[in-house]
Amino acid sequence: MSEIAATVSEAPGRAVFARFLRHRLAVASALVLALLAVLALLAPVIEGLLGVDADGVDLFSRYGAPTPEHPLGTDELGRDVLVRLLYGGQVSLFVGLTATIAAAVIGTAIGLVSGYAGGRFDAFVMRVTDGVIALPVLPLLIVLAAIDVGKLGLSDSLLSSENVSLYRIVAIVALVGWTTVARLVRASTLSLKTRPFVMAAHAQGAGALRIMFRHILPNLASPIIVATTLSVGNVILLESVLSFLGLGIQPPLPSWGNLLTGAQETIWEAPGLAFYPGMLIFITVIAFNFVGDGLQDALDPRARDRRAADRH
Amino acid sequence: MSVFLIRRAFHSLIVLLVMSAVIYGLIGLMPGDPVDLMISADPDVTAADAARLRAIYGLDQPLWSRYLHWLSAAVTGDFGYSRLYAQPVWQAILPALSNTLILLISSLLLALIIALPAGVFAATRPYSVTDYGINLTAFAGISMPPFWLGILLILVFSVMLGWLPAGGTPQSAGASGLWEHIQYLILPIAALTIAGVGGHTRYMRASMIETLRQDYIRTARAKGLSESRVVLGHALRNAMIPVVTVIALDLGVLFSGALITETVFAYPGMGKLIFDAIMGNDYNLALVGLMMATALTLTGNLLADVAYAALDPRISYESLDA
Repeated sequence: MSEIAATVSEAPGRAVFARFLRHRLAVASALVLALLAVLALLAPVIEGLLGVDADGVDLFSRYGAPTPEHPLGTDELGRDVLVRLLYGGQVSLFVGLTATIAAAVIGTAIGLVSGYAGGRFDAFVMRVTDGVIALPVLPLLIVLAAIDVGKLGLSDSLLSSENVSLYRIVAIVALVGWTTVARLVRASTLSLKTRPFVMAAHAQGAGALRIMFRHILPNLASPIIVATTLSVGNVILLESVLSFLGLGIQPPLPSWGNLLTGAQETIWEAPGLAFYPGMLIFITVIAFNFVGDGLQDALDPRARDRRAADRH
Repeated sequence: MSVFLIRRAFHSLIVLLVMSAVIYGLIGLMPGDPVDLMISADPDVTAADAARLRAIYGLDQPLWSRYLHWLSAAVTGDFGYSRLYAQPVWQAILPALSNTLILLISSLLLALIIALPAGVFAATRPYSVTDYGINLTAFAGISMPPFWLGILLILVFSVMLGWLPAGGTPQSAGASGLWEHIQYLILPIAALTIAGVGGHTRYMRASMIETLRQDYIRTARAKGLSESRVVLGHALRNAMIPVVTVIALDLGVLFSGALITETVFAYPGMGKLIFDAIMGNDYNLALVGLMMATALTLTGNLLADVAYAALDPRISYESLDA
C-alpha cells in the first residue's frame, strides 16, 4: 500500500524534475547558485588556505594589486577582497532567502485566511493589500531602515547584537513583500474552497484550520514556489540597494551591497572594487530569475504546451 | 465614468491621508530631533534651553497632537520650513521636482521607444534565435542592480573614456551652455532607461504573443492581410491594453529607480532630496517629499484603472468598482 502511494506521489515529482532539466538555462543557473552558495559557506576555509584575515586591516597595502596571497587584491583598508566578497555572499544570500521565505509565509497565511473567510473580511484585507502595493516602496524602506528601533521598546540584548542590521532588513523586506503571494493564494483559495474535495472534508467534520492547511494549501504549492523563487532576486536587489545607500547591512559586516558603498569614491584608484560585488549580485539575481522561469515551465506544463503550439 | 473617477480619487485621497499619518509616525521614530541637532551644533545650549526650545517648537507634545497640528497647517497649504535648505518646503521642492520630471519623462519615453518595437519583434517570431536574444537581454536588464549600472556607466564613460561628467549639475561645475546641461543628463537618463527597458519589453512580448493567439487574428490572416497589417493594424491595439496598464502601475517603481539614479549621480532631483531630507532629519521636507512620491504612485494606479476601461470596451467602470 505504502509502495503504491510512494509511486503515485513520486511520479509527478519526477515529471516536474524532467521538465525542469530540459530548461538548460535554468539548470545552468541552479548549478551557478549552488556553486556560489558553497563558495560563500567555505569562506572561512578559503580564508585559512590563503592565510589572510577577513577583518585584518593593513594600511600599508591599500588597493593592492592581485597577488597569490590576495587573488583579487586588497581594498581601501588593505583587507582581502576575495574573502570579503565571500563573506558578503553569505550575508546577501542569507538575507535574500530568509526575507523571501518570511514574506511568502506571511503572504500565504494572509491569503489563505482572507480567501477562505471571504465576505467583508476578505474585502477589507484586499483593500489593505492594494494599499500596501500602492506604496512607494524604496522611499518607505529608507524611512523604515532609518527609524530608531530603540523607540519601539525592543530588548537591549537584541539591539546590541552585531547582527541587528541583518534581522532588521529581513523584517523590513518581509513587511512589504508579502502582497504578491497573498493575492495569488487568496485568488486560488477562493476557487479551491468550492471544489468537491473541500466540501467532502467539511462534511467529514474537518475544522476551518484543517481544511485551509491540510486540504487547500498543498494544492497551492506550485504557484507559491514559483512566485517565491522569482522574488528572491528582487529581494537581493532591494537589500543591495539599501546597503549601498548605507541603510541596510552595517559594516564591518560585509554584504554585496555595502561593499559597493565606498566603491564610487575610490573608482579612480581601484575600479575593480566597484566591479566584483555588482557582478556577483547581477549573476545571482539573473540566476534566480532563470530558475524561477524554469520552475514555472516545469510546474505548469500547460504553459509549455501552449509554447510548443506557438512554434507552428 | 465620472462617478467611477470621483470615487476612485476619493479612495486615493483616503489612502494618502492614512499614509501621511503612517509616515509622520515613522519619522517620529527616527533617531534625534531638531533640538538634538542644535545641541550638537552649539555646545553652549543647556538642558534648560533645550527644554524651552522643545516647548517652543511643540516637540514636547505627544506625536498624535503634533501630527494634527501639522495636518491642520498642511490643508491650508502651509507645509512648513525646510531646515536643510533654509527655505519654505515648496521652494526647496520645486526645482528638484522639475529636475526629476526631466529625468523620468525622457527615460520613460526612451525606454518605450526601445522596448515596444523590441517586444513586438520578438513576439512575431517566438522561440527564434532573435526572440531568445531579446529575451535574454531583457532578463539581464531587470537583473542588473540599478545603482551598479550607474557606477558601471561612470566607470566606462567618465573614468576610462573621459567623455562625460561623473555626476553633479552644470551649476555645480560652473558651466552654462546647452550642451553642458545635456552632458550632465546623458548618464542618469541612460541608467534609468536601461533599468526600465527589460520589464517593458517582456510585458509587450507576452501580451503580443497572447493576442496573436486570438481567433480574430486567424480571421484577419484568412482574409489574406499581410502579416504587418495583421500585427500592427489588428493585434497591436489590443496587445497594448495590458502594457499601458503596467506602465501606469510602474510609475512608483520608476520613481524608486530615479531615487537610486539621482543618488549615484548626485543629481539634484526629488529622490535625492527625499534621501537627504531623511538622512538630515529634515522632517518637513521628508514628509512632503514622501507624500508626493505616494501621490505619484496612487495617480499611476488610478491612471491604470482609467486606461484599462477606456481602452477595452469589454470592461465597464461599473465592473471595476464591484
